[in-house]
Amino acid sequence: MGRFRADWEGPVLECRDLSISYDTRAAQIPAVQDFNLVLNRNETIGLVGESGCGKSTVAMAIMRYMGKNGAITGGQVLYKGIDLATLTDAQLRALRGNEIAMVYQEPMASLNPAMKLDRQLMEVPIYHDGAGEEEARRRALDMLAKVKLPDPERVMASYPHQISGGQQQRVVIAMALLSQPSLLLLDEPTTALDVTVEAGIVELIAELAKQQETSMIYISHNLGLILETCDRINVMYSGQVVEEGRVADVFDRMRHPYTRGLFGAIPLPSADKTARPLRAIRGQLPLPHARPEGCYFGPRCDHFQAGRCDQGPIAMESVDPDSNQGARCLRWDEIDWARDEEGFTQAPHPTFGEEVLSVEAMKKYYTLSDGSLAAIIAGKQTRQIKANESITFLAREAETVAIVGESGCGKSTLAKVLLGLETATDGQVNFHGQDLGKTQVQRRKREDVKAMQMVFQNPFDTLNPSHTVGAQLGRVIRKFGGINDGDAVRRRVMQLLDIVKLPADFYYRRPRQLSGGQKQRVGIARAFAGNPTMVVADEPVSALDVSVAAAVTGLLMDIQRSYRTTLLFISHDLSLVRYLADRVVVMYLGHIVEQGTTEEIFSPPYHPYTEALLSAVPIADTSIEKKRIILEGSLPSVIDPPKGCAFHTRCHRKTEGLCDRETPPKIAAGPGHEILCHIPLEDLAAIEPVIVQKDKAAAARG
Amino acid sequence: MADAFSLPKRPSLAVRVFGPFLLLRESWVGMIGLSLVLFWVLVALFAPVLAPFPPNAPLMALQVPGADYPTAPSTLIDGVPAAEICAAIPGNAAQVDCGTFWLGTDLVGRDVLSRIIFGAQQVLIYAPLATFLAYLVGIPMGLWAGYSRGMADAVFSFISNVILSFPVLVLYVLILVTLPRSAAIIVAAVVFAAAPGIFRIVRGLAMDLRAREYVAAAETRGEPLWYILFMEILPNARGPLIVDAMLRLGYVIITIGTLAFIGLGMPPPDPDWGRMIAEGRTTINFMPHMALFPCLAISSLVLGFNLLADGLREVSLRD
Repeated sequence: MGRFRADWEGPVLECRDLSISYDTRAAQIPAVQDFNLVLNRNETIGLVGESGCGKSTVAMAIMRYMGKNGAITGGQVLYKGIDLATLTDAQLRALRGNEIAMVYQEPMASLNPAMKLDRQLMEVPIYHDGAGEEEARRRALDMLAKVKLPDPERVMASYPHQISGGQQQRVVIAMALLSQPSLLLLDEPTTALDVTVEAGIVELIAELAKQQETSMIYISHNLGLILETCDRINVMYSGQVVEEGRVADVFDRMRHPYTRGLFGAIPLPSADKTARPLRAIRGQLPLPHARPEGCYFGPRCDHFQAGRCDQGPIAMESVDPDSNQGARCLRWDEIDWARDEEGFTQAPHPTFGEEVLSVEAMKKYYTLSDGSLAAIIAGKQTRQIKANESITFLAREAETVAIVGESGCGKSTLAKVLLGLETATDGQVNFHGQDLGKTQVQRRKREDVKAMQMVFQNPFDTLNPSHTVGAQLGRVIRKFGGINDGDAVRRRVMQLLDIVKLPADFYYRRPRQLSGGQKQRVGIARAFAGNPTMVVADEPVSALDVSVAAAVTGLLMDIQRSYRTTLLFISHDLSLVRYLADRVVVMYLGHIVEQGTTEEIFSPPYHPYTEALLSAVPIADTSIEKKRIILEGSLPSVIDPPKGCAFHTRCHRKTEGLCDRETPPKIAAGPGHEILCHIPLEDLAAIEPVIVQKDKAAAARG
Repeated sequence: MADAFSLPKRPSLAVRVFGPFLLLRESWVGMIGLSLVLFWVLVALFAPVLAPFPPNAPLMALQVPGADYPTAPSTLIDGVPAAEICAAIPGNAAQVDCGTFWLGTDLVGRDVLSRIIFGAQQVLIYAPLATFLAYLVGIPMGLWAGYSRGMADAVFSFISNVILSFPVLVLYVLILVTLPRSAAIIVAAVVFAAAPGIFRIVRGLAMDLRAREYVAAAETRGEPLWYILFMEILPNARGPLIVDAMLRLGYVIITIGTLAFIGLGMPPPDPDWGRMIAEGRTTINFMPHMALFPCLAISSLVLGFNLLADGLREVSLRD
């Protein structure tokens, strides 16, 4: 089969005034309006925007997978100059997979769990190019090597569940590339992955963008990833592109208030919780059938002018014809873009009080019983999972301590032990000077339970869908507050709703009537209902959109500040941790590998794992230069942890014969700054910093 | 101070209770099911008003003599003057015209229609009662086993598996033959056989729901077990459970009918659909009405519950 229009020199993909609608029971919902895009050969365009802005809908429309109720209601999608609407179903099928390929967010859902990977990969050349078995196998192996999978032969012979998530996503990308598509659509390809794994995939994508003859559309909500992978960017808001241009131009000289709002809401290295706090975009994304007249961003915009911004549809205005930068804003050249950089409300620097929590040599082992015949014969029917190994740290009043690590590092287990959902195997958990490590939550005194509460991660799961907001908060108050009088409880609930800045009529709402951010606010209100002295927050904003996350983070910090609560912030997002934490604890495979103040963690000397983590975090700032450290391999299993240093299997600085044999010592790099490593302190201190701010003047804004 | 937190208006009780049921309007299958069920509920409620004859009164004039079934006329009512029939009803001699036997009479001269109407009462009391009691047993066990796992789960699951692995009909025969036959024992037998299935469903739902963060939130504030089971987990399992209850109610109606059919039902003479079918079975070739109409009654009621379950499922999957 020959390539489709192999001699085509023009843009690979062109969307002209594309409009997409979905029919629902209520009404026809215009999901995307007036979408224009020109994707040239070997170019990568990023589509960025918050959930519900229509970025995935665009990808689906390009693939023409819109379901029964979706339709293109206007405009055209031209692939190599051919309008896709004119093609028959058979022709479209030939294009998909062959010419246009797509990589989805969840790799496990893209692979067939019942088939070995060799068949799944070989299917592509066999089906699309009519290749023979031998050739298909050879091509599949080549491609696996190309996406840098170690030991392609072994991967080929595995089922999807036998390889890690990062490897699965590499296989999916390999599968997409096997037919040598001219266009590759990537829909949040790394969102489901850990940050160090993400870094590897992003590097791979950026490399492929350079060498392959493939144009790409990269959909993401993460501006940092867009910076690392894309040439151009389209910022979408409420179904429209509000700003487009070259990545560097849009990042340094954005000309749409929404883009500016997005950048103000993400914790860039320039943000600081006392001097330069994050600014959330006020209000909420309008529902597709309730968009305002004129500029859709109008009601949330600081530069809104009544009588001008709310009159009729707003067209894309050219900002810079040379680089094709455009903004859908009437006032882009009137706004004083520099002024937004100032006027931050300064918050006082917190002073820490006495010690609230002190964890000493805490261990949590789970016993796993193995009933297999082999285990019975070997006489080893129980194995131990060392989820937490000798954890020692402390937290003071009004202090924010971040616990950082990838999934499986034991941070959630630690939270469970602290809260009494599990009991420690050994060591102490001193809370206000009292050891609670071996006391389950049901046996703890009411004051202790009340004093330590938790904010959960998943907004869709944190509230009970069967009870109203008022009833759920009321229950906590009755339980902890010692208030039983109905009116008093209700008054206190109202007060709590007010603290988390929710209107009083949320009292009788049910969780399904609330947005993700609102649910998370109720979750915060619930945690603070009993006036706790310490709150454990498990990734409270990781599932929220950028601007909502900023608002929730700000709220959490405000409440913490006014009640002088100790905050234990569990996260994998180092940008956010740098922004809000006072001290950081870095965990790997159940061990604390490094701890210290935020400044100490974010500058040398580093533990090699901290160094790799820092390098992996995507930063949406063009003036930042990062060292690239890609960790090899995947996280070892806690059931069978590596000997010696737990990190040696992936460490880029390991010493053979030492790190894989002996347990590393704790190096004191300063008061309270500890590193668990064999490398001498002076060598660690000599490491150049991972994140370097380039000359700010060179990247002058506006 | 109190004024600053003025309470918003609470939705009225009617909206909160009946609001969800209004959704059923969107499913025509569900509406048909609901109509069938409501029809039988109304029939049962107004049975004394609706039934043209007392259900247990045999009309001597219409009785088929002895065992001479083959010679009996195929239509018992045709040609018999109404006055004569009415006069034959014991204690009703004074009344002149009291209607027609719309669905005929049975072998002892009882009006089939009236017996079906009063039979509806019987079915709609014992089947829901048995189902309800089965849930009352199955839900707490299922919640406890699914949430706590461990020993409680192992013990309950084993017991329920043993019961489930037994042929149900043999089980019923064993219970009802060894114990004195009464309504209470029949209900108990149905509960005994149905509760394990309910246990398994609830256990599965609880095992899924226990991993939710709101359950963890309840644990972190030290809620007692009963609160977590009945306030945090159970309300969120109600959707599938209501659908299952409707289906199960249908099965229980069939079960009670079957038991009556094989002679293990409620003691006579009160009308019972299953026993009516059994009585009409012998003459089904030439006098099908005695078995046919009770059959239709059972089918329509069971179909009603099944369609209602389908409708509820359909509605609950939307949104």
